[in-house]
Amino acid sequence: MIQAAEAMVKCLEREGIKVVYGYPGAAICPFYDKLYDSDIHHVLVRHEVNAGHAANGYARISNKPAVCVATSGPGATNLITAIATAYMDSVPVIFITGQVSTDQIGSDVFQEADITGSAMPFVKHSYLVKNAADIPRIFKEAFYIAGTGRKGPVLIDVPSDIQTKMIDFDYPETISLRTYKPTVKGNPMQLKKISEAIASAKRPLICAGGGVFLSDARDELLRFTEKTGIPAVSTMMGLSLYPTSHPLYFGMMGMHGVNTANEAVSRCDTFILIGARAGDRAVTSPKFLAKSSKIIHIDIDPAEIGKNIAVDYPLVGDCKTILSELAEITPKGDYSEWTAMLSDIQNRVPTEEENEGFLNPKLFLKRLSGEMPENTICVADVGQNQIWTCNNFEMKGGRLLVNGGMGTMGYAIPAAVGAKMAAPESEVVAICGDGAFQMEMMELATIMQENLSVKIILMRNNRLGMVRELQTNKYQDRQAAVRLKGNPDFVKLVESYGIPAERVETMAEAAQAAKRMKDATGPYFIECNVYKYETSL
Amino acid sequence: MKHTISILVENHAGVLSRVSGLFSRRGFNIDSLAVGETDDPTISRITIVADGDEHTAQQLEKQLNKLVDTLKVKTLASDELLARELQLIKINAQPNQRNEILTICEIMGAKIADITPTTMTIEISDTTNHLRHFRELISGYGIKEIVRTGTIAIQKGADTIKK
Repeated sequence: MIQAAEAMVKCLEREGIKVVYGYPGAAICPFYDKLYDSDIHHVLVRHEVNAGHAANGYARISNKPAVCVATSGPGATNLITAIATAYMDSVPVIFITGQVSTDQIGSDVFQEADITGSAMPFVKHSYLVKNAADIPRIFKEAFYIAGTGRKGPVLIDVPSDIQTKMIDFDYPETISLRTYKPTVKGNPMQLKKISEAIASAKRPLICAGGGVFLSDARDELLRFTEKTGIPAVSTMMGLSLYPTSHPLYFGMMGMHGVNTANEAVSRCDTFILIGARAGDRAVTSPKFLAKSSKIIHIDIDPAEIGKNIAVDYPLVGDCKTILSELAEITPKGDYSEWTAMLSDIQNRVPTEEENEGFLNPKLFLKRLSGEMPENTICVADVGQNQIWTCNNFEMKGGRLLVNGGMGTMGYAIPAAVGAKMAAPESEVVAICGDGAFQMEMMELATIMQENLSVKIILMRNNRLGMVRELQTNKYQDRQAAVRLKGNPDFVKLVESYGIPAERVETMAEAAQAAKRMKDATGPYFIECNVYKYETSL
Repeated sequence: MKHTISILVENHAGVLSRVSGLFSRRGFNIDSLAVGETDDPTISRITIVADGDEHTAQQLEKQLNKLVDTLKVKTLASDELLARELQLIKINAQPNQRNEILTICEIMGAKIADITPTTMTIEISDTTNHLRHFRELISGYGIKEIVRTGTIAIQKGADTIKK
């Protein structure tokens, strides 16, 4: 017999968990007391939501469920945005919360919150543990549910008295969930039909989304693309699947995408959507797609097919196996005219110009990314900085992380913490605006505490730039509540944590600063002076 | 258009709130909802009548299927289902009106569940349309109170939800 709290720790060990992100409190203390004896490394963040984002970054880079822990009440409710963020991007994160003891549940005691109830719309599944003996089964199921099918967050809420009960620990080897059986293998008949539809197309176009990463199918996607010769675009979540310079890749589509990608979408005759849900920011209106084009939609979640756009060829399954099978059976086509047309549009894009007295963020990111090593992981925040990064940070073989679904500000730094810990050998750069930075800057302490070499670029325009841009375009430039008055001296602030920092006012200084950042062995911070009317695109 | 959806779920605490929460979250309108244990006590059956077009109904079925506690979801075609709801109706009934009311009840397949010197409580189980018709017939006596369950439904013929 062991204490249930110890069983919780053992479950994590059995799942191969090396790191958990969290913030303790009374109701989760029995668990922390047992974690103290474990080899699992606990990262104390400075706000619970960031524990969730750090686990999110870790899970996306390791492509396995990651773990985040908080206490009951405010600890748990502080996680909600992180849970919703993970849910919208289908990121497998296990959220463990302490709860008040079972006999007190429902009586509004100190730090009591119904977290399973409040998080219900944003979880793939959740558990409120009522019987300590269920802990091994629940943990086993939680990891399985989070990391299979369409991945997503799973919440386990454990009352404090349950954590101290004595149980027999026997970690189940297998899962018996009669209700949960995701479809993995694509229907062979449908696969054949799709292959034929692609083969008969004149102007086919691949649109790859974040699901390709979730299914670990980047290699299969590249092979399918190169073998068939079909040009491709990506959604925001699918960025970095293709190297930016890939001859068949034409950039990000959608509201904030590039012209070439959007032209490709509206001119193709067969649209092959893979691991993407055709969200409103990607497909801004169904009219966006040519009426005559045939739509093929491949996704692991049957509910996504036909939800946002009508589909001619649906296929449910895991895109890793589907893409490798499709690559086998689909012949190489001659799309040279179609690809040349897209290249021509791409070449007509005017080059970005420097602006006097400021640093042009697009040019800067383009040049910076050119300098960075191939395996660089770039984490963008939300706002204009995100769009600048998405369209200008050149990806080679690394990874671009954004939270495309929820658009949660304050994601970049904590997610970069998680990403760096999942891939210590990779360079990790977080790009933020001065709005989001002030929602996450407390995690600079976590960076120092964990001795992480995370590089941070701050785009300072003293505004909430994306809302300002919306107000300029739609509200006669009436800039309501977007001025960030009272901004601190960011360089001094960052330096006070012991992180080397510098400010770059113009493009002339940028190259040297980028070099210093690249050469720094530890964390580094660059504040960029950005013009207030800089546009996203 | 009305859709009658039968759902088999794990008989756990909290499953009903997952199902009903999904309706409100996805913006689906529920007309009625009924839930009860099945022949297997570990499984509950939920019957939901919801309003919406074909696309909505399809989405509903898919989203319900995604819930981890869902065993089976089936939209029952309107011409292939037996649907019933139960109503208890308390009406004003003076002693001299009782016979008349009894006759209506007999014709309509209703039962008298309770009686007082001035009221009668009628129990009737049938389709939503039949019950509407019945209420119209007796409304003249003065309806004091109505309680109704949600609709429950089963397929006609030998097939079951599992097949």
